[in-house]
Amino acid sequence: MSDHKEVIYGLYNDETDLLKAVKTAKKDHMEIMDVYSPFPIHGLDPLLGLEESRLHIAGFVYGMIGTLTAFLGMSWIFTKNWPIIFGGKPYWSVPAFIPITFELTVLFAAIGMVVTFYIVCGLGPGVTNVYLDDRITDDKFCIAFDKSEVSEAEAKSFFEHTGASEVNIKTIN
Amino acid sequence: MSAPVSPIREPLVTGHKTYHQITEDLISPTEKTPSLAWVIGFIISAIFLGVFVFTVLWTIYQGIGTWNLNRTVGWGWDITNFVWWVGIGHAGTLISAILLIFRQKWRTGVNRAAEAMTIFAVICAGQFPLIHMGRIWMGFFIFPYPNTRGPLWPNFNSPLLWDVFAISTYFTVSLLFWYTGLVPDFATVRDRAKGIRKKIYNFLSFGWTGSAKHWQRWESLSLILAGLSTPLVLSVHTIVSFDFATSVIPGWHTTIFPPYFVAGAIFSGFAMVQTLMLVTRKVLHLEDYITIEHIESMNKVILLTGTIVGVAYITELFIAWYSGYIYEQFAFFNRVFGPYWWSYFGMMFCNVVSPQLYWKKSWRRNMILTFFLSIVINIGMWFERFVIIATTLARDYLPSSWSYYSPTWVEIGIFMGSLGLFFFCYLIFTRVAPVVAVAEIKAILKTSGDQYAGKNAVHAHSHDDEHSEVDAH
Repeated sequence: MSDHKEVIYGLYNDETDLLKAVKTAKKDHMEIMDVYSPFPIHGLDPLLGLEESRLHIAGFVYGMIGTLTAFLGMSWIFTKNWPIIFGGKPYWSVPAFIPITFELTVLFAAIGMVVTFYIVCGLGPGVTNVYLDDRITDDKFCIAFDKSEVSEAEAKSFFEHTGASEVNIKTIN
Repeated sequence: MSAPVSPIREPLVTGHKTYHQITEDLISPTEKTPSLAWVIGFIISAIFLGVFVFTVLWTIYQGIGTWNLNRTVGWGWDITNFVWWVGIGHAGTLISAILLIFRQKWRTGVNRAAEAMTIFAVICAGQFPLIHMGRIWMGFFIFPYPNTRGPLWPNFNSPLLWDVFAISTYFTVSLLFWYTGLVPDFATVRDRAKGIRKKIYNFLSFGWTGSAKHWQRWESLSLILAGLSTPLVLSVHTIVSFDFATSVIPGWHTTIFPPYFVAGAIFSGFAMVQTLMLVTRKVLHLEDYITIEHIESMNKVILLTGTIVGVAYITELFIAWYSGYIYEQFAFFNRVFGPYWWSYFGMMFCNVVSPQLYWKKSWRRNMILTFFLSIVINIGMWFERFVIIATTLARDYLPSSWSYYSPTWVEIGIFMGSLGLFFFCYLIFTRVAPVVAVAEIKAILKTSGDQYAGKNAVHAHSHDDEHSEVDAH
């Protein structure tokens, strides 16, 4: 977000009102910039046309990296780098490698996914975003329009029509 | 929107809460000056933490000789405490992960505090193997990294090393899971705060906005982390039990250990959650969010896992007899009737007999009984680990080396001190973060609030209309 952007947003008191409003906006072909809510609203994603998150694919890839790191690492160490006989067992004792392989699979997948989540969401320690309204994390449900996409008059009539309790304009950069 | 709830389900949020009231009730404990009860609890915990620091430093300075371990009994209170704390640390992830996958809505009332408890319990657990190394400054030898000592690697075939990986992975994943859940709630605290407080919570909330796409990813992440944590939580105590089960000591060398340890861990973890929840809901006035329904659900888990543990104890005795192997038979005869008979009977009474009271519904819903039993169970689970560890070692193969072990003041101090460390962390947590997950409670309000579900519902009908409309889309 490099340039200045004017945002017009309406606050709703209930998620069911918001869902109805999103449906109306879709019907009227109004481009919604974003929807903000204090908790995840089920049924909203398809209305906004949000595709399913691909985090789980990333998680699988990270997990496989963990599996390979652990298993190949231990195999290399105990057969090539420094082979030691423990209790007369083979150097390459696969069953004994399973616990650590499993743990590292989980560890890599979890750390990788969490880091990816924060990066793709643009969140992280020290990040300060523009918060449209303090009550969005409390009890208000917000639909925001970019004023360059939707005119002020159009947005105002939409909010009035769909039962928003408040309409505000905010400049963000 | 989730499916309509069966009318026989009890509401999980009482008091006809609105979204704003939920925010108010759950965030305000972090904003007010602490109550007298909190201050007293904090001072006591800090004193015990002081005892912990002193006895640990004393151990490190003087060496493990300050403990009463001897050539026969090489593992005493220290490893007992380690296993006990790890076990307690199992309830949090179980509640947050397994119950999320099973879609148990009652988890939302207790998951945040239970996860916090898990993290602090694992921190406590981690202290014991470290001190037990004797030369703690060599602790980094446990990590595999290319080094100039050969390269000398740790033994990847050793259950003790598996434990290092299991515990550290468990701690890391639990912490990530817990913190990711906290981020939206920290944003709620941030948006109510002013001045320096706002800056701090802005930092902690990672700039959370509540955008629809973020919530979608957040839910996806929570579900996958839950899916990963479910086998993880089962693996951790399994691996702890391998520390014993893969040895060749009669009484330890048994295949029943992994499931039996996991059941015991869940059992003791839930008991600790009960202890904490009953106090927390009273002190912070959260009775509308942590209801009798929650307490009863957890008591059912305690009854089930307590009974599994009981079956495991009896199976152990049966198999020892049935094996026809005299060393195994002696180990178990000694476990029950040997010099530590009192700890065996203490364990049997606390873990197997006492939870059977929960077959009666009114007793499951009795707060005083629940509080009392939760402490009894944790004492019982401590005895269980002591029984397995010390009594088995005290009677080894050679009667000439048989011995008896009792702790020194240093060992007792470290154990009591670790309780101080645990409660110190927990009390700080109740001051800086909402102890009940705010966003998650709001998300279940329409299906589990008492104005929408249960016999006192007033909005039930109109709510169903809304449902059909939304779902029809």
